[in-house]
Amino acid sequence: MTAYLFRRLAQSAVLLVLITAIAFGLMRLAPGGPEAVYTLSPTIRAEDIARIRASFGLDQPIPVQYVKWVGGVLRGDWGRSYRDSRPVLEVIGGRIPATLELAGTALVFAVVVGVAIGVLGAIRPHSAFDYLSTIGAMVALSVPTFWFGLMVIYVFAEKLHWIPSGGRETLGAPFSLADRLNHLVAPALVLGLVLVAGWSRYTRAAMLETVNQDYVRTARAKGIAERPVIWGHAFRNAVAPLVTLAGLQIPLLFGGALVTESVFTWPGMGRLFVDSLGYRDYPVMMGVLVATAILVLLGNLLADLLIVFVDPRIRLR
Amino acid sequence: MATVVADPENPESLASLAGLDPNARSRVDSPWRIAARRFFRHRLAAAGLIISLLLILSAIFAPVLAPKDPLQISILDKFVPPMTVGYPLGADEVGRDMLSRLLYAGRISLLVGFAAMLVTVIVGTVVGLVSGYYGGTVDAVLMRFTDALLSFPTVFLLLVLASFVGASLLSITLIIGLTSWMELARILRNQTLTLREADYVQAGRALGATNPWLISRHLLPNSLGPIMVAATLNIANAVLSESYISYLGYGIQPPAASWGNMLNNAQNYFRDAPWVALFPGLLITLTVASFNFIGDGLRDALDPRAGRRG
Repeated sequence: MTAYLFRRLAQSAVLLVLITAIAFGLMRLAPGGPEAVYTLSPTIRAEDIARIRASFGLDQPIPVQYVKWVGGVLRGDWGRSYRDSRPVLEVIGGRIPATLELAGTALVFAVVVGVAIGVLGAIRPHSAFDYLSTIGAMVALSVPTFWFGLMVIYVFAEKLHWIPSGGRETLGAPFSLADRLNHLVAPALVLGLVLVAGWSRYTRAAMLETVNQDYVRTARAKGIAERPVIWGHAFRNAVAPLVTLAGLQIPLLFGGALVTESVFTWPGMGRLFVDSLGYRDYPVMMGVLVATAILVLLGNLLADLLIVFVDPRIRLR
Repeated sequence: MATVVADPENPESLASLAGLDPNARSRVDSPWRIAARRFFRHRLAAAGLIISLLLILSAIFAPVLAPKDPLQISILDKFVPPMTVGYPLGADEVGRDMLSRLLYAGRISLLVGFAAMLVTVIVGTVVGLVSGYYGGTVDAVLMRFTDALLSFPTVFLLLVLASFVGASLLSITLIIGLTSWMELARILRNQTLTLREADYVQAGRALGATNPWLISRHLLPNSLGPIMVAATLNIANAVLSESYISYLGYGIQPPAASWGNMLNNAQNYFRDAPWVALFPGLLITLTVASFNFIGDGLRDALDPRAGRRG
């Protein structure tokens, strides 16, 4: 177990280096760096531009810049934002809780609803419910998240006034849980929709493989009630691949969060990334990428460890 | 007593000797025909095929079908609602006809979808087959690279590339294609690992066939099923990706219209003129769902082991 953990952490570290190297290289090779905004000024001279580049450290070879950046990250110095000179770690740290709140709620919603739909579909395959939920899942996978968000805002915020049209809390108002939840519910449901589709499809497929197994028939023959048979025997055995799915869905979750945050003006990392893009704020963008990558890799590792607890037949080697 | 004698010159006599109907050969269906029958039994896939064909035709014939010039501004008709004379689907913020814009936008969105799919399929197939066939260091390097890209939200990569490279039809197509080949590569690599040990591949190798020959004559034809499924699903994915980057402002640039960039400004106007946002999104959903259904149907039809799974 410990050996497994160490090997997985080492693999994650290698992946992290690869990801950051790719992203770092892409950003530095792109034409028109952060100094591009200054070149718009008519009075600026070439040597001023060079000085600005030098002050950002952009005049050095890219591998040297990368090594310096990695060294800084390891020491806890993620650089400063080109935009407002605040430390990157502080900028991102302020945004992570909002993203985790949104993504976590969406994931819980997706798991509960998706598993319920999938199990019901598998108990009565080819029923009207099964057919409709299969179509529904496919359509949900095909809707552009941002557009769905806009439609939700139009109907529920503009027309019905049930929810606010964006943000994480009412500005200026004192903290209140009801207010927070009211802001959270729409973006979380919108973000969760795509995931629900994945969960219901996978749960249905995994359940269909177990409900016809001999031990399920045996359980029924022993006279066990239908509910414990389904949840205790069939679902219990179908759950391991679903935990893996949760791990694999994390990139999708953060990608979707980026778009959802933009539509609902949610103050998370995704929106920070989109804002930073326009400013070519390399340090903040790299910071968001690293933070996201770490969360993704940790999530995957956690999912693999969790499998051992939900399915004792699996041994980690 | 009549004895049936096999006449080597006459195949029918051979067949009748073997108890076979000489016409039977034409009635034994080819695997492709079986697959086609299974595909059309999947009603949603058949519906998806019809809808996507209609969408493609309407994009091709946009100049004939569009009642107006999609770029013609008519500021007096700003935000004319749908069902108005001359504007069946209303007008946008500068009075351009929504119907005409939607038809022309379909050309760009579908073109990006198909072209990006080609890039995806080519890169994914080459990486998957090479990685699976050669194994060893080549495989290890390619798969670690694939893993790195897979373990990352594609939207981030798309946005970084699109905002830095500068948006054009070609760059958007390449960017989408080059960020979505990983899953196909994975599938083909795993399949090739088993296929390269198959008897007929070993036999070919024993006969002195070269590696490129074995890959192109044995491994590639056997991978056509997964490639076709991935291609269809990737059209859906590419149309969706284009809409995301265009919505965020880094995709197809105005005044040219794509379904995605028609939604770019929608966030500012949709309170007053919801139809400006409604129709492009509906068309994206319809297109993506159609191709997803086709892909699903193809998967069921081409996989002999798959029963009727969701």
